[in-house]
Amino acid sequence: MDITIESLVFLIFGALTLGAGVLVVTSRNLFHSGLYLMMSLFGVAGLFVLLAAPLLAGFQVVVYIGAIAILIIVAIMLTPGLTQIKTLFNEQWMVNLAAAVIVFLVLVSVITPLMDDVGVDNWNADFTEDHPKAVAADSMTTLGEQLVDPDYFMLPFEVASVLLMAAMIGAVLLVNPGQAEDESVVPPEGEEV
Amino acid sequence: MVPLWMYLVVAAALFCVGMFGVLSRRNAIAILMSIELMLNAVNINLVAFWRYQAPERLNGQAFAAFVFAVAAAETAVGLALIISLYRRRKSVVADDANLMKW
Repeated sequence: MDITIESLVFLIFGALTLGAGVLVVTSRNLFHSGLYLMMSLFGVAGLFVLLAAPLLAGFQVVVYIGAIAILIIVAIMLTPGLTQIKTLFNEQWMVNLAAAVIVFLVLVSVITPLMDDVGVDNWNADFTEDHPKAVAADSMTTLGEQLVDPDYFMLPFEVASVLLMAAMIGAVLLVNPGQAEDESVVPPEGEEV
Repeated sequence: MVPLWMYLVVAAALFCVGMFGVLSRRNAIAILMSIELMLNAVNINLVAFWRYQAPERLNGQAFAAFVFAVAAAETAVGLALIISLYRRRKSVVADDANLMKW
């Protein structure tokens, strides 16, 4: 594969996504984790642009970075004094790391053409495709129309709106301070109050 | 263009990083952030398969849009649960959420 501008941009955004993703999981300060999460989400938005899905890239920036990541950061600020827990990972983290690495290696052996030389069935030959058909210029308009078209995605669209409504009501009810006040605070085990 | 499997490798790596975070972090908010990473890996896969295998039909993009909606709902409820837990037990460590443990 010759180095084109596109592959260079892909490398930059892929490295941004993965590097920031690793830092999300490994930073000791939770607030920094939140900021790295925003970087990682931004890298994914860049990959969406490369994949000719500008509408989803916009969604990614507005919904994920603008709403979800900010919500997480606000929640981090609302739980003070806990951004620096002494032990970052639980006791099984080495087993978990091994499991994650094994899953990654299995996935890579299936989705990349590397294993074809060993004689593994190359059902994944499509995955080396690098000249897909062009996307129609009006794909964004078509997507908007199909989302509210009864023949396409109108039902899931409405179900998603009901789901968001239910989640909003549920979140408000869960954090409603009125009902939590008269119940005594139960400290975690091993901590005398 | 970049071949499809490179996008799939990035998505697989992001998914595994998120999986390690979900399994290993003790802080519940960090677990939620790792879940966001996993959902993003799924979204990369959906959009990449749409672009390379069926660019004339928009199902992949529509699915990714619904994943956004589900992720927003999941984050809102998850953070509400964590803040509620923090109010009651003054802790966001996932191990301390053992009120319903036998």
